[in-house]
Amino acid sequence: MGILQNILEQFINGLRSGSIYALIALGYTMVYGIAKMINFAHGDIIMVGAYALYVGLSILHLPAILAILLSLVVCTIFGVVIERVAYKPLRSAPPLAVLITAIGVSFLLQSVSLLIFGATPIPQESIVKFAGIKIGGLSISGITVVTLIVTTICMISLTWFIQKTKMGSAMRAVAEDKGAAELMGIDVNKTISLTFAIGSALASIAGILYVCQYQSLKPTLGAMPGIKAFVAAVLGGIGSVPGAMLGGIILGLIESLSKAYISTELSDAIVFGILVLVLLIKPSGLLGKIRKEKV
Amino acid sequence: MAMLKITDLEVSYGMIQAIRGINFEVEQGEVIALIGANGAGKTTILHTVTGLLKCKAGKIEFEGKDITKLPGHKIVSLGMAHVPEGRRVFADLSVLENLKLGAYTRTDKQEIEDTLKVIYKRFPRLEERKSQMAGTLSGGEQQMLAMGRALMSHPKIILMDEPSMGLSPIFVSEIFDIIKEISASGTTVLVVEQNAKKALSIADRAYVLETGNIVLEGAAKDLLENDSVKKAYLGE
Repeated sequence: MGILQNILEQFINGLRSGSIYALIALGYTMVYGIAKMINFAHGDIIMVGAYALYVGLSILHLPAILAILLSLVVCTIFGVVIERVAYKPLRSAPPLAVLITAIGVSFLLQSVSLLIFGATPIPQESIVKFAGIKIGGLSISGITVVTLIVTTICMISLTWFIQKTKMGSAMRAVAEDKGAAELMGIDVNKTISLTFAIGSALASIAGILYVCQYQSLKPTLGAMPGIKAFVAAVLGGIGSVPGAMLGGIILGLIESLSKAYISTELSDAIVFGILVLVLLIKPSGLLGKIRKEKV
Repeated sequence: MAMLKITDLEVSYGMIQAIRGINFEVEQGEVIALIGANGAGKTTILHTVTGLLKCKAGKIEFEGKDITKLPGHKIVSLGMAHVPEGRRVFADLSVLENLKLGAYTRTDKQEIEDTLKVIYKRFPRLEERKSQMAGTLSGGEQQMLAMGRALMSHPKIILMDEPSMGLSPIFVSEIFDIIKEISASGTTVLVVEQNAKKALSIADRAYVLETGNIVLEGAAKDLLENDSVKKAYLGE
């Protein structure tokens, strides 16, 4: 096998995990943009999505498409309810209170899942039956192909929604200035709920793709991808939607290439090291903005 | 019946009472000025009327309907628009997107297009810059955008908070000319200003606000001649 082909394979692997990070990072960045908070329970929504898929497939014996739908619906409801119950009452509270609450929600989700499903990892077969493709000597697995297609569709439709629709511009308006948005007749609470709904639906998709990749579930499965995606969101510039996509992809690529060519043990250290470097040089992240007041 | 009627309004920020039981009315077609020093409570009143702040006591009626408890986002569709202090245009959105958000509660696409044409006619500069980000506009242009955005909701009454703040003298005159035009086209205007002279020169009636109380009211031209107003607000 040629060295070039090997690099290409690692590159594609990086794109795969990177696009999942990007999907999750979008949830962090959108919620941050609109509610000015880091939703640390976001990673655990991935776990909820993964378990919902498992319940749909292995307990309710639903067809795959219905199990996916179940996972999407459950995550969306979780996202909206968590915002209403835990975060909305704290909207004018100091940021630290919100942060602690978010961590609390994260623990709550993990603990409840532990109570219901236990700590022993549960195997779950992938729903991707497609064997993959071969281009020349290069073989790309089915899950990789599916992941790349699904995440691309998600990112394009999300960008279209935010940039081109009335609801999307309302979201951007609320992110920028809630009071002024209210004066336009925009229901700020509904818009925030919608943002949590979209972010959670994306996390559900990430959860489904994650299960199909690793084929095993445990209550803490969302923690690591969650924190990596958070890093990706900060790397790209938290609050920026294209930044989250870029940050996710870059993170995935660095991770995959350093695992392959430097050291598996050091790969996380390299990933976080690059975050530190980027933040030293550009504290607002790659595509983040520093706002200036105009008189 | 007054178009907008405020009765015994009291507003507090925590322990501090900002508005101490004020009464005022705006009749249809009038230009009303609310003048007073910084901190007198002018902005607080406008924010309470359009639902951004909740009042402690009192009543706000618009066209006979009690809107005191109505959330802010439901007030626009009744026909009340608010140009906030400091303009607060959406800096990362284009001029056109800002204007379209002004018409957020309206549904008829053709009518929105028609209003947009009217606004471009009144503010040609906004049409020239329609695809530019609002944050790149000058202060005066942003003020025009904020006004245009408010007019996009096709309001019966428009509330303006310090429209001349931070603008060069040329723009100040232009903005006040535009307010006159808006009034001439049939929209009722309630304007809050520190620039008392300019505000009184275009208003029909005015109220003078001091530390949360209305201390003086009357025809604008009378207030321009009033000795205490002259001394306190006109620098004469």
